[in-house]
Amino acid sequence: MTNGEWTPRIVAFFCNWCTYTAADLAGVSRLKYAANVRIIRVMCSGRVDPQFILEAFAKGADGVLIGGCHPNDCHYSEGNYKMLRRFQLLRRMLPEMGIENDRLRLEWISAAEGEKVKWAINDMVEKVQALGSLGMPGRFQDWDQEMKSLEQKMTTPEEKEVAYAH
Amino acid sequence: MPTKPKIGFYWCASCGGCEEAVVDLAEDILGVVEAVDIVFWPVAMDFKKKDVEAMPDKSIVATLLNGAIRSSEQEEMAHLLRRKSQYLIAYGSCAHMGGIPSLANQFSREQILKFVYEEAPTVVNDQKTRPMLQFEEKGRVVHLPELRHVVRSLDQVVDVDYYVPGCPPTAKITKQAVAALLEGKLPPKGSVLAPDIALCEQCPRKESKPTDLSFTEFKRPHWTKLDPTKCLLAQGVVCMGPATRGGCEAACIQGNMPCTGCFGPTSRVKDQGAKMLSSICSNIAPKEEKEINQVLSGIPDPVGTFYRYGLAKSLLRRKVNLPVNGKDAAV
Amino acid sequence: MDNNNEIRIGFYICHCGSNIAGMVDVADVAQYVEKLPGVALSRHYKYMCSDPGQELIQQDIKDHKLNRVVVASCSPLLHEHTFRQATEKGGLNPFFFHMVNIREHDSWVHTDRQAATEKAKALASAAIQRVAYHKPLEMKKVPIHPDVLVVGGGIAGIHAALTLANAGKKVYLVERDPTIGGHMARFDKTFPTLDCAACILTPKMSAVGSNPNITLWSYSEVAEVKGYVGNYKVTVRRKPRYVHEDLCVGCQECIKACVYKEPKFPDEFNEGLGKRKPIYIPFPQATPQVVLIDPETCLQLKLGKCKQTCVAACADRQAIDFHQKEELKQIDVGTIILATGFKTFDAKRLAAYGYGVHQNVYTALEVERLVNASGPTGGEVVLRDGQKPKAIGIIHCVGSRDEKTNRWCSRVCCMYSLKLAHLLKEHSDPATEIYNFYIDMRTPGKGYDEFYDKLLDEGVHFIRGRVGEVTDWAFTPEEEGKLVMRVEDTLAGYVRRIPVDMVVLATGLEPHTDAQAVRRMFNMSCGSEGFFLERHPKLAPVSTFTDGVFIAGCCQGPKDIPDTVAQAGAAAAEAMALIDKKYIEQEPNTAFVDETDCSGCKSCVPLCPYSAISFVEDKKKAVINEALCKGCGTCVAACPSGSIHQNLFEDEEIFKEIEGVLAYD
Repeated sequence: MTNGEWTPRIVAFFCNWCTYTAADLAGVSRLKYAANVRIIRVMCSGRVDPQFILEAFAKGADGVLIGGCHPNDCHYSEGNYKMLRRFQLLRRMLPEMGIENDRLRLEWISAAEGEKVKWAINDMVEKVQALGSLGMPGRFQDWDQEMKSLEQKMTTPEEKEVAYAH
Repeated sequence: MPTKPKIGFYWCASCGGCEEAVVDLAEDILGVVEAVDIVFWPVAMDFKKKDVEAMPDKSIVATLLNGAIRSSEQEEMAHLLRRKSQYLIAYGSCAHMGGIPSLANQFSREQILKFVYEEAPTVVNDQKTRPMLQFEEKGRVVHLPELRHVVRSLDQVVDVDYYVPGCPPTAKITKQAVAALLEGKLPPKGSVLAPDIALCEQCPRKESKPTDLSFTEFKRPHWTKLDPTKCLLAQGVVCMGPATRGGCEAACIQGNMPCTGCFGPTSRVKDQGAKMLSSICSNIAPKEEKEINQVLSGIPDPVGTFYRYGLAKSLLRRKVNLPVNGKDAAV
Repeated sequence: MDNNNEIRIGFYICHCGSNIAGMVDVADVAQYVEKLPGVALSRHYKYMCSDPGQELIQQDIKDHKLNRVVVASCSPLLHEHTFRQATEKGGLNPFFFHMVNIREHDSWVHTDRQAATEKAKALASAAIQRVAYHKPLEMKKVPIHPDVLVVGGGIAGIHAALTLANAGKKVYLVERDPTIGGHMARFDKTFPTLDCAACILTPKMSAVGSNPNITLWSYSEVAEVKGYVGNYKVTVRRKPRYVHEDLCVGCQECIKACVYKEPKFPDEFNEGLGKRKPIYIPFPQATPQVVLIDPETCLQLKLGKCKQTCVAACADRQAIDFHQKEELKQIDVGTIILATGFKTFDAKRLAAYGYGVHQNVYTALEVERLVNASGPTGGEVVLRDGQKPKAIGIIHCVGSRDEKTNRWCSRVCCMYSLKLAHLLKEHSDPATEIYNFYIDMRTPGKGYDEFYDKLLDEGVHFIRGRVGEVTDWAFTPEEEGKLVMRVEDTLAGYVRRIPVDMVVLATGLEPHTDAQAVRRMFNMSCGSEGFFLERHPKLAPVSTFTDGVFIAGCCQGPKDIPDTVAQAGAAAAEAMALIDKKYIEQEPNTAFVDETDCSGCKSCVPLCPYSAISFVEDKKKAVINEALCKGCGTCVAACPSGSIHQNLFEDEEIFKEIEGVLAYD
């Protein structure tokens, strides 16, 4: 939160060779972009396990951005295609789970494309801002609210302790 | 004579298959009955809730509870049995991970009630009558349990000691679990009482899986004449075996049907569906978006395919934009 | 964690002068981190990468019994190595360190101090959570094959090859053309010293030809590159020249004997201004001194019917072989230097200048050949129509500094335009007027501005303005039969029409048309303009993102000969540094299969681009060959039972990082 206003939190997974380097270039070039994205470095977009994406959403990300090398340009030949294929199915599955397509984005950004990092981040922040908060941790709490009354009635204090530790 | 350990069985949102599985122990069940004192088993024996309530806390050595937690009554029983039992064991996929009932987490309560009581093709209900939580007649108040908005695994409601996976758990792993319990040879709390290695390890068709698998199409089992000796993935059928804990001895594959994942993920995986999706997609042949999607169109229902037994315990748990509070707003 | 394994993290946030501290409240971040679990101490410091900064880490490790170190500063691509070393010197395994990028990814790209500070906290918290899971690792050592491949035989490739060969390294020099020499061999003189290009280049060319350490494969191209640093397997395609290199002695009797009595076909070396026969040698000092036959024009090769007078002339040497086939050569090298050069801008793309329409419009390279004593006119400046020009206009920045074509400055055109102005003046009637049309004069370099001064004294005209059009549409009788250059003279402040007899286009430098294909073959990146991308513009100017592949000369960007030679030397030195060390240390970020967990589902086997994963039949498990694994982690992400792990990028490390970046509100 900045100045009390809600702004999206976006987790980015950038491949070491292209997109992470492009983000470094954006920095060296002093390009300015929205401060909402937190970049996690992986060696290749092929390392991005769909579990990471879901975990990011579950832990409070409003969007997940994946950056890899352009097709044919992967430092490891084909890792980016593996991510692309996972992405295609995730894009079909996530809306079924109520997560809009604009919240998951895959961009091919080469090491020379600092400008594209800026554009992709700003554009994504704008789109996710328009969608509003996903706020999964809060939703989990809301969902479990319906168990509160019984839990209080049925649980002894010691049991509560165990349950919370768990 | 030392008293025999007290054991309880209970069922929540389940199909009854897990109960059958206990009966499937066949003559071995006699051994169990010999060794233990069954103090609660609504499906087979006439004990009431009040009998349980009357028991001292922790007086049941272990309760094997099957079924997901779907209603206020199930939730209450989970709490009650938790308090009365030294070990609470989630028995079967539904208690373990939400199971098939938790596929309902793709819909709101209102959507489900509306369909079941009003829209299902076999329903005749012009009055649009719905069950009521309470009904009073001649001073007598009758209560019905409330349907929760969210379907949960047992451990999402109360603390769980062990899990016996499967839909239903096989006789073998049930026996092993009971034996471990009676002999006091239990692994660390929270363990799943099944091998922590994926099913392929014990699959009879393992040899026939090639090392250069590359999917060009996905087939659904009922559309395909399946070769009963060849790896199902190699035949283009989504088999969850690689992402699913072994221990069932590939029962479905022996029946020439693919694994659908009922034993859940290994301990190293947080989200079984995501992992299987990752593995399957990585091995698709095409590189162009359009062709990739053509291949993927062979998986028409990814949630139902990859999370058939585990939606409640998946990282997202439930379709995220469904309501939970107050009155059922139509979605 | 029990007490013996208690995690004690030291956190350091760098001010980087004001580079970070100017936008991120470093004290606030340090304070925030101090309260995070596992953090034993948290400091902010002016320059963490300085010696005192590194010593601070080392001292703290000892004094405060730290067992993990996190530094929040610049990009890990810049200083990860520095801080790992400091961690190691402090007595810890260097991989108990993690770096947070709050400069390139934070302070430099944001304008809101509060938001930038919060981002720094989130990133720091991720590193703190992650580093607790770090395991001790060791750098992977990969042996380096001592041989080097140099691709491209221009001055860059020649210089690199000779430098290496003189140091005793075996070099394969692969050149696409029939001779080495590249663009420089076609130049007449070089600026600003006016050395004769051939006089300084050809001794180096023959040195390449005679050096026993250099295997020169001209008329050849790299077809395939496999492997990785230290162990590249390269396939070179040797095109047939229909003459056996080892049998030809370069006597050129065959050329004299060719059934074509006179040279008839456009001569590539002279930009088509001269003629050659079907059997030819590109130019007298060509290296190797071996003729070749052009299959497009040779009667025997084209029609299968010729008296084969050349074969007779060659006599018992029997060097000519009309049945020669393309040959594929396999070589093993440890390092590669790419010096593939540039192509000149195609002047036809700027129709307003009339190249290819008006015959007296020339490119600069054509003029190099015209003023060359061994060129098609013997060094006389004679136009295509046989006339001697009385007025010559040189247009600068053709295909450079132009939104419509290429935005970059080609760096050499101002200087070579001055040189050509001087040479044209020298080779023409003293009354000849020479005009330079420039946007800015760019003459930085040793002796360059002095050369400009000299030209001003020589009476060459300089008009500041980009020429709008070259036309033969005369407005006045004086313009009749001339090429009229329309230009806004921005110093005089009006539009002028200047009639000339000859127009010279100072065409800019561009990446080769196949630069993208070459870059893919060598697994490199290109900048947005298409030149090969260096690893760091300042600190690693000849390295690429592929270990063991270096770049030199104009394939990296336009540059003059001195800079090219300097880069070539640098690339050779980088290659030698690897060879003499005998091994390269690589990130231990390889993947490995936990054998007890692997079910042998084989899903991972086809995913590896390096065939590092195999299925071991007797164990019925997948096994990763660590030497072949390059550490992409694709198999880790795809293992359906979570049984493959990647060092430095373990699942739990990344999960913790995710949690960490989202933990801060």
